[in-house]
Amino acid sequence: MSGHKLSLVVNGERVEADVPSNRLLSEFLRDDLALTGTKRGCETGVCGACSVLVDGDVVKSCLSLAVQMNGREITTVEGLGRVGALHPLQQQFMEKGGLQCGYCTPGFLMAAVDLLKRNPNPDDAEIREGLSGNLCRCTGYQGIVDAIRSTAEAGHGA
Amino acid sequence: MKPFDFVQPRTVDEALAAWEPGAAWLGGGTNLVDLMKTGAVQPAKLIDITRLPGLDTIETRADGATRIGALVSNADLADDPGFARSFPMVAEALLSGASGQLRNVATVAGNIMQSPRDAFYRELDPPSDPLSGGASLAVLGTGGRFAAVNPSDFAVPLVALDAVVEVRGPGGAREIALADLHLPPGDAPGNSTALRPGELILALRLPAAAAGFAAHSRYLKVRDRTSFAFATASAAASLRIEGGRIAEARLALGAVAPRPWRVAEAEALLAGRAIDADLFAEAAEVALSGAVAVGGNGWKIELARRTAARALAMAAAGTPARMPALPASPFAPQAGDLIHA
Ligand SMILES: Cc1cc2nc3c(=O)[nH]c(=O)nc-3n(C[C@H](O)[C@H](O)[C@H](O)COP(=O)(O)OP(=O)(O)OC[C@H]3O[C@@H](n4cnc5c(N)ncnc54)[C@H](O)[C@@H]3O)c2cc1C
Repeated sequence: MSGHKLSLVVNGERVEADVPSNRLLSEFLRDDLALTGTKRGCETGVCGACSVLVDGDVVKSCLSLAVQMNGREITTVEGLGRVGALHPLQQQFMEKGGLQCGYCTPGFLMAAVDLLKRNPNPDDAEIREGLSGNLCRCTGYQGIVDAIRSTAEAGHGA
Repeated sequence: MKPFDFVQPRTVDEALAAWEPGAAWLGGGTNLVDLMKTGAVQPAKLIDITRLPGLDTIETRADGATRIGALVSNADLADDPGFARSFPMVAEALLSGASGQLRNVATVAGNIMQSPRDAFYRELDPPSDPLSGGASLAVLGTGGRFAAVNPSDFAVPLVALDAVVEVRGPGGAREIALADLHLPPGDAPGNSTALRPGELILALRLPAAAAGFAAHSRYLKVRDRTSFAFATASAAASLRIEGGRIAEARLALGAVAPRPWRVAEAEALLAGRAIDADLFAEAAEVALSGAVAVGGNGWKIELARRTAARALAMAAAGTPARMPALPASPFAPQAGDLIHA
């Protein structure tokens, strides 16, 4: 099956690629671009570990085809912040104990970015509902909710 | 996932011309790609319709009807303030479905065309835990066959409001009432629709009269947990109240039949009557009369009956000013917003 030309922006950089039709966005990011911060979890759109931003909206990259991404702008956790210049959400996840093994964390961070973009001052029920598409199996959710609330309170919501 | 041909047409005409047997329309892919990954569906060709121009707007037509382009995302429709004001229970239903990540890409056409979650075909024996038994098996509208329930939340209020589906295909343009889109179960397992081969949905339309119910409209969804789960039973209830009486009622049930299940008999019973809890119980009784338990899911019939009565009571109490974070959850913390029943 012949490849499809793809031109898109990933974490601020222009990427040109040739992908087969059946390449998932999650595979393209991890296996072709070595951006392994995006995780494979349930592979059925349930767990949220593969969440990335497409044109600023959070999506599940395990149910998206790479060929659909021509011309789009993608942000993965690698594009959110870096060591020494963490995103406010990353800083708060650290301070509030919002992670333990860390596998689900990139997905939670990307979902939290979208959540605060839509609702800069969410109450706890809204935070929990906004995270309903992400599963954590070790920390529990309280630290994550605390991290997002304190990020919003510090005015980093929008 | 098996390889397939992939095309990204730039016009509706190009898209229709690209169709051939074995091809499938690709919207957000949240249902189709899921099924292709397991191999349950194996299209030879995907026609990506997400780049088609002009299909991503919400318009009010001269006759007062609201036309929703097929590509409007579930998130954008629910977040549109004008739409939510006119059709609050539709927004409520959308927000009760899937999760933010999925609603951002899921299209309105893909939502009403989504496949049943029919793992049950492999386990028809009633499990020992009655609450897990037959959750996705239809209790109404099966004609005595096994059938999966239609899983869409969005389609339930839409069918109550007389939504119409605008399609175009090799035979030209036509309209299908949403109530007629999903076909009764046939001989083959799986559920099918009235779309003919090569027909593409261009828009969904709500008639002007549908906005007349905005003040008394609710979607109540009951599920195994408060969030991010398909319905075990749901109900969309709308009332037009004049002088303390019900001038007109609409009632549709979700997760009980192979299609979103409108109940005209219950609506007729409610019309002209004064608001009262016994009346709602009576209407719910009528709505579920004829329901048949299958695979140990008798609980679904009772659950749907109570859900219908409660949704009617919630609608009678009035659409809340604030759209709750946990749509229509019976367990939500904001009592004033939600607990009307
Ligand atoms: C984990 C998970 C949880 C979910 N929970 C819920 C829930 O609680 N409630 C709920 O209602 N839904 C739920 N869903 C389903 C979700 O709403 C659907 O997957 C989504 O709406 C489908 O839209 P799409 O654009 O991604 O469709 P696609 O996957 O692109 O397409 C779905 C089907 O529609 C056809 N199609 C698409 N567009 C058109 C068109 N214009 N004309 C004709 N045919 C078309 C496709 O060929 C395909 O057969 C859930 C899904 C997942 C993965």
